[in-house]
Amino acid sequence: MPKLLLTFLRRVGTSLIVLFGVSILIFGIARIMPGDPARIALGPNATQQQVEALREARHLNDPIHEQYFYFVRELLHGDLGVSLYTKRPVTTDVAQFLPSSLELVFASGLLMVVLGIPLGLLTARYQGRWPDHAGRLMSVIAVCTPAFVWGVILQLLFAYFVPIFPIEGQLSSAMKPPPTVTGFLTVDSILAGNMPTLANALYHLVLPALALALAAIGQTARLTRSSMIEIYRKPYVEMSRAYGFSERKIATRYAFRPALIPTLTVLGLDFAALLANAFLVERVFGWPGLSRYGVEVILRKDLDAIVGTVLIIAALFLICNLIVDLLVSIINPRIRLAEKRAGS
Amino acid sequence: MAEESVLTISDLSLTFGKGRAASQVLNSISLHVKRGEKVALVGESGSGKSVTARLAMGLLQSNKTTISGHIDVAGLDATQGGAAIAAARGRRVTMIFQDPTSALNPVFRVGRIFREVQRTGDESLTPAEMDRRSAEALKAVSIPDPARCLQSYPFQLSGGMNQRVLIAMALINDPSLLIADEPGTALDVTVQAQTLALMHDLTQRKGTAVLFISHNLGVVREFADRVYVIYRGRIVEHATTAQLFSDPRHPYTRALLQAVPKIVKTGLPELPETSPSFLDPLIVHPGCGEPGTVPA
Ligand SMILES: Nc1ncnc2c1ncn2[C@@H]1O[C@H](COP(=O)(O)OP(=O)(O)OP(=O)(O)O)[C@@H](O)[C@H]1O
Ligand SMILES: [Mg+2]
Repeated sequence: MPKLLLTFLRRVGTSLIVLFGVSILIFGIARIMPGDPARIALGPNATQQQVEALREARHLNDPIHEQYFYFVRELLHGDLGVSLYTKRPVTTDVAQFLPSSLELVFASGLLMVVLGIPLGLLTARYQGRWPDHAGRLMSVIAVCTPAFVWGVILQLLFAYFVPIFPIEGQLSSAMKPPPTVTGFLTVDSILAGNMPTLANALYHLVLPALALALAAIGQTARLTRSSMIEIYRKPYVEMSRAYGFSERKIATRYAFRPALIPTLTVLGLDFAALLANAFLVERVFGWPGLSRYGVEVILRKDLDAIVGTVLIIAALFLICNLIVDLLVSIINPRIRLAEKRAGS
Repeated sequence: MAEESVLTISDLSLTFGKGRAASQVLNSISLHVKRGEKVALVGESGSGKSVTARLAMGLLQSNKTTISGHIDVAGLDATQGGAAIAAARGRRVTMIFQDPTSALNPVFRVGRIFREVQRTGDESLTPAEMDRRSAEALKAVSIPDPARCLQSYPFQLSGGMNQRVLIAMALINDPSLLIADEPGTALDVTVQAQTLALMHDLTQRKGTAVLFISHNLGVVREFADRVYVIYRGRIVEHATTAQLFSDPRHPYTRALLQAVPKIVKTGLPELPETSPSFLDPLIVHPGCGEPGTVPA
């Protein structure tokens, strides 16, 4: 088994190299963008001396490779620098805004799996019949419409014309947020034992999570369907029918498990893509997540904040992929055993 | 004597597609297998052997097929497929496939598939009982280390081992009919011969009736009591094995027999050249009529 661990560590190593590349790229791009961050931060009324002083203090006059060296040195101490916009450490800012975004993304990811996969199984099982046609049509519509458009549509339908859900925000203003432990409103409500807050938070989560998830649900359904149809043609499925396995058992287990192997890889990418799509959905629903911060800092050319935010998102992306790789090797015995054999 | 037969097919015709795209692949075929009997269905590639087998299992019936005639499996009407025959699959009737390696699900352990197969037979068995029965069944097909085999994934076993596993699975619920569709043709000739001998012995001991599908007359000679020869969706000759080999009457059967030596050498059949006489009417040898019809 230590070989499996070693393989895992090797992938972690590769991810770190990727992260290093991303950091150089975003570090360079942030500095190539036009505009003087010090001038933007201090405003039009600041004197040239003040601007110069700030530039000097933030090493902005040094050659770019030296700047990068300072950046890496701070990074190794767990420090992403200070935002010129909020005047706070970037890590503090990210720690404040990221949990709300992640809460939204996790909720969408959950919807993607619990709605997308069953829809895929259903359409595959009734291939060529009406549930298939209906399911595929819905999937295509879901995939073709951008998430922020879904946001607006859902707001209009379920918050405006038929006001079932709140139109925006994360919690009703009358509600007192629970003490911050994890930063996840739902989790903190549970930890505080505050069920009304939890209900209210979930109620606010429904529309943005659905808006963000719809395209991914459609994508997952389509992927699951095509993967299942391919597996349904395999001799071992006919064998399982010939040996009396029920259609239900075939759909949910015997054909599903092998069909999941190719699906899971793409699912992981789709899940990671939710992070990026969340930016626009957060805008539409006034969700206090990382998007608001991200857009502000980009417009203000807030160098440390831009680089920090991008690096955190890239790291989350890579972690996602690592988890998916691990899951795939768990459900695919060929991979698992190949790695074991290589180790023994 | 209908209850004597575990499989009775009468006047069965099958057409794929509708209207102009329709293609008829079975043309009013009749055959039967009596309890404990070994019957072979022999013909060249594309003659309709597999579709017959899959119809009998109720696996081919769909909105793309038009079926007329009648199929009776172990007393059940399987003509239009449906729930009755589906419930009998895995218990009263099972099937062995051509390629054992692709017939086993690669992401489940052999032991797990074995359990699933037994569950369709008897819901009340505990996992431990099922594993014990699986191990016994594997021993009966000469698998040296059953416990280890049950722990393995199909791709960790050889083709011959997989074939034995499938034979053991097919027989573990004591079906009254086993349909073997060119079993092991994908395997090496000697391995194929070994596993066929195993299957033959085991079904003989258990008294399982077998519909044995093959294009290899040499193999049929060793294992079958009776033979149906099929050509382009029609049964052309029906005889006991002894009658067929000593006195082949239909031109197509003769052509097939002439191809036998080549089959033994390469494992692949040399197609007999076509001739209009291959479409001559059915020849039934004395004593071989279908049940309920007047012997020819
Ligand atoms: N799903 C299908 N749709 C249309 N035609 C089919 C279908 N399945 C089989 N056929 C046709 O039916 C005919 C008989 O096929 P079948 O598979 O029974 O042949 P076979 O005798 O088993 O041949 P082989 O020895 O190659 O396995 C073939 O002409 C084939 O093209
Ligand atoms: Mg065939």
